[in-house]
Amino acid sequence: MARIESEIGTPQGGFMKWIDDRFPFTETMKYHVTEYYASKNFNFWYVFGVLSMFVLVMQLVSGIFLTMNYKPDATEAFASVEYIMRDVEWGWLIRYMHSTGASFFFIVVYMHMFRAMLYGSYRKPRELVWIIGMLIFLALMAEAFAGYLLPWGQMSYWGAQVIISLFGAIPFVGDALVELIRGDYSISDITLNRFFALHVIVIPLALIALVFVHIVALHEVGSSNPDGIEIKKKKGPDGIPLDGVAFHPYHTAKDLVAIIIFLMIFSAVMFFAPDLGGYFLEHANFEPANMQVTPEHIAPVWYFTPFYAILRAVPNKLWGTILFATAVLLPMFLPWLDRSRVSSIRYRGWIYKMALTLFVISFFTLGWLGVQPAEPVYVFWARIFAVVYFAFFLLMPYYTTIDKTKPVPDRVVYHG
Amino acid sequence: MTEDVDRNRRHFLAVATAVTGGAGIAMAAIPFLSSLKPSARAQAQGAPVKVAVGSLEPGEMIRIVWRGKLVFVLRRSEAMLGRLQKSVGFLRDPNSEVVEQQPDYAANEFRSVKPEFLVIQAACTHLGCIPLTEFDVGPADDWFGGFYCPCHGSRFDLAGRVYKGVPAPTNLVVPPYRYLQNDVVLVGVDSTGAA
Amino acid sequence: MGEFMKSLTCLAILMIGANAFAAGGEIELEKAGNDPDNTASLQRGARNFMSYCAGCHSAKYVRYNSIGRDLELSEDQLIDNLMFNAERSSETIQASMPLEAAKSWFGQPPPDMSLIARAKGTDYIYNFLRGFYLDPDSPTGVDNLYLAGTSMPDVLWELQGYQRAVYVEGEAGSEGAASHVFDRFETVSTGSMSTEEFDEFVRDTVNFLEYISEPIRRTRRVLGVWVLLFLSFFLFVSWKLYKDIWKDVPK
Repeated sequence: MARIESEIGTPQGGFMKWIDDRFPFTETMKYHVTEYYASKNFNFWYVFGVLSMFVLVMQLVSGIFLTMNYKPDATEAFASVEYIMRDVEWGWLIRYMHSTGASFFFIVVYMHMFRAMLYGSYRKPRELVWIIGMLIFLALMAEAFAGYLLPWGQMSYWGAQVIISLFGAIPFVGDALVELIRGDYSISDITLNRFFALHVIVIPLALIALVFVHIVALHEVGSSNPDGIEIKKKKGPDGIPLDGVAFHPYHTAKDLVAIIIFLMIFSAVMFFAPDLGGYFLEHANFEPANMQVTPEHIAPVWYFTPFYAILRAVPNKLWGTILFATAVLLPMFLPWLDRSRVSSIRYRGWIYKMALTLFVISFFTLGWLGVQPAEPVYVFWARIFAVVYFAFFLLMPYYTTIDKTKPVPDRVVYHG
Repeated sequence: MTEDVDRNRRHFLAVATAVTGGAGIAMAAIPFLSSLKPSARAQAQGAPVKVAVGSLEPGEMIRIVWRGKLVFVLRRSEAMLGRLQKSVGFLRDPNSEVVEQQPDYAANEFRSVKPEFLVIQAACTHLGCIPLTEFDVGPADDWFGGFYCPCHGSRFDLAGRVYKGVPAPTNLVVPPYRYLQNDVVLVGVDSTGAA
Repeated sequence: MGEFMKSLTCLAILMIGANAFAAGGEIELEKAGNDPDNTASLQRGARNFMSYCAGCHSAKYVRYNSIGRDLELSEDQLIDNLMFNAERSSETIQASMPLEAAKSWFGQPPPDMSLIARAKGTDYIYNFLRGFYLDPDSPTGVDNLYLAGTSMPDVLWELQGYQRAVYVEGEAGSEGAASHVFDRFETVSTGSMSTEEFDEFVRDTVNFLEYISEPIRRTRRVLGVWVLLFLSFFLFVSWKLYKDIWKDVPK
């Protein structure tokens, strides 16, 4: 005891030792960064996790600066956004960063999720990583939805009107629930005020907590790889997986390149086409909210449209809502729907490849249909592709069992 | 495995990447920090204020607001101007040598453009309280009228000059101003920096 | 990267397919053809706006001094040519007409013009401003081809003159009844400007509206180039570092 006491506070071992005796800093850095081993054959699809985190930070920083000038008040919200765009020095840059960032957040998260489907990243033992990830996705949708009301434009108002009304479809409690969400008999200043609270405090806190847990869970089981095999099964004499390389400096160097390429694409949009033809910033949202006039054509922002198209495809309010919710939640069950002997697309048979292709086509087509006017021809196609979307998940236990798989190698493989 | 690695080259590349990244972060920080400056609206609202001083009686004072700050405009009588000489010995900076406290054109014995009109910011240079006006002489031997801060007892004479031995370190601030006409004062600075 | 290339190809095919699907069905609008980088045109547009529009329409987020800065106009030029309804150049553009009066005259206040170009598009405004035609049934004596029943009077008639709409009977569509299709405008009386001059007048005005809808457009495009140049350099350096570090890793 005497020896330990004498060590504390002495310069022996330096500042880091002083810290480490009180907080597991070096140990944590080793466990999560310098001695966290991930497969060396990561490809393009494996950068989107880091990019999602990067966009999260960008959104937090730009969001904090926006709150310094934004006013969550129905009479002032729209004007305060224009105040940021015009009167605040560099305010336009911060605002465009946030609005462009919202869309890019969904792009990178969708890519990240698709990677998991390509290589079976959700499979045992990573079920919890996947489920936490799905919770992050749900939180992100809520965050984007709440944030979209804040500029208080026509689309903000009427988009919120449509989506909040969905909850009214729930039997017995629906109408009461809708009032509880709005806090008023229609969408009003009160709704705006609480959506602001949700958008800047409640959901971001949940997001940060979930991302933290997502990474803790991931580092417990280790990252997957494009071959869908466990690199921990083949370790060298030093106990390090033969196919693994340390997160830092190897993957960090690679991820930095990815971040810069991402920033170039992001900047190209933000500086040269921040509206992106009305997809990132909708034209109707440059008009202040007007509860007496519905815009001719209401479409949610592009990242919600695949699910919105499914909602519209159903000619019944309750079932539309149920299918909408199911479409969002179904991917959560992938770890148990997928019965294949292999994880990665590389070793799966033609049936799964075809199914995944059809799924991607249906997702994009539904997304496109979701921004079209509600005309019968579009509704017809939305129904077709909604069936494809659901079939992909619901038939998965069957078709992954009968699919002919290829033998899986022991060690990871590079593809040219 | 590592035999063809050139350590110097790698070190150089690592430093180059770190420096470029650091420069990038620094440049990205500029817009965020600049956004905290007074906006175009704040500047518009902080525009110069016109004050008609012709109707002021000698010894009368009015209060105006410029950039959200209180400014006193006092018309000093002949007697008041005469008393400015008497307080000199008790002052910390009787000749207005601290240049930040007034524009050049007010760095004179009256601390004003025209001797009779004092234009001065009503914020004690200690911690910003609004000084009270005590224009009468006495009862203390060294008091010839002026401003008295109730917060921590700082004292200033009728030109806003600070007394010795009080917490306030400097004279009261004279804001930039100029006469538009003989009896109209424009208080504040416009965007070109001219008063 | 095999899967990556395959996936990209699939994506590309999908996108092209979607675009082909999306074409058609839009209302034909003549292109405005304005150029927001043309400062002279913007200056003319500013004058047009203040002379013909700002009586009724505000642009309440736009400050005169920001126009001066962006359109290279001095304080005196602003005061002489634009600031008919303002004392200081730091003020925003307010309509001369009181809001309450506007409500009683037109039923609803004329909309603010700050963001109209972003909300409606420049092509729409260009066509709208040229789309007034005589209509004896309308309280203002005119109607507009692009916004039927508009309460806005034809404020530019002195410049454009009056025109009337000529319709043709289209063939019976799939929906049944023969359609009544707009064909062209026919001049009833000429104004002080020729058609070309008037189109140019409207183009300048629309140009100005596009400018005020996003005054920093030019700044962001210039800055964007520098940012991309910097990132290209950063990419080069970090790519070299990445390749160097990964020499450690055997394939």
